[in-house]
Amino acid sequence: MLTCKQFLQELNDFLDESTDPGLRSEIERHVNECPNCWVVCDTTRRTLKVFKGMEAQAVPADVQQRLVSAVQKKIAARQGKRPAAPIGQ
Amino acid sequence: MSSSISTLPFDETALVTQAKAGDAVAFSDLVSHYERRVFRMAKQITQNEEDAEDVLQETFLKAYSHLDDFQGNSKFYTWLVRIAVNEALMKLRKRRSDKTVPLDEPIETGEDTVAREIAVWEDDPEQLYSRDELSEILNEAVQSLKPAYRTVFILRDIEELSIEETAQALNLSISAVKSRLLRARLQLREKLTRQFRRKGDDAFAYL
Repeated sequence: MLTCKQFLQELNDFLDESTDPGLRSEIERHVNECPNCWVVCDTTRRTLKVFKGMEAQAVPADVQQRLVSAVQKKIAARQGKRPAAPIGQ
Repeated sequence: MSSSISTLPFDETALVTQAKAGDAVAFSDLVSHYERRVFRMAKQITQNEEDAEDVLQETFLKAYSHLDDFQGNSKFYTWLVRIAVNEALMKLRKRRSDKTVPLDEPIETGEDTVAREIAVWEDDPEQLYSRDELSEILNEAVQSLKPAYRTVFILRDIEELSIEETAQALNLSISAVKSRLLRARLQLREKLTRQFRRKGDDAFAYL
């Protein structure tokens, strides 16, 4: 039987599903028998899920415009041309 | 840049090939596709809007200048993240050089890896908040981590690089990445538990 401390040390690999099968079943047994570790495992998994579900918000329009200008200038310089009409037009 | 966004399904490999051949529209499509994520990552690491904008621009300008160096051994986005994280860390070091913890601080021993907040969560805590509120909660939680932990968490769990890619991008050993990631995940779990715990539960019900 794993101790709670050993369980915590293995938690990362367990959540990333990179634990080898023998250890995995030991961890599962511990989680099923230890209410505290069950809660830690469940809430850590849900922590990762909520972060993975976070969408990146749009870049503010002024920031995006300056990015586009900088990129166009760079491309024009590389192609030996002066900045001209916006790309794609 | 909206005028240049292709209506075709996004095909990173094809766009990179075209961009390398000098197709400016293909490169612009890559910028449009990844600008949000690069900007978010830059903001999360630098914690500063102005620095994040510099990082955003520098990342794509460097990527364009060094396109020929990209050999396709990794995903283009992973390569882009490596450029962005280097730029962001340079900004962070510059701002923080004399006042806070360096990024290469020695990692702590396992003794601090404990779980203090033990409480079940509401069934769907995400549904209890608006998108903006949730985003603020998550950002605040990430910002509260030490830079050394925060950076690893952002790369591994938000940008979804592998452990190996994260180690490579940050020039850390695999074991250092794993150790920092565990601390970051457990600290975030604690913070979110304070927010998302099921109301009415006895805090010590499981002790």
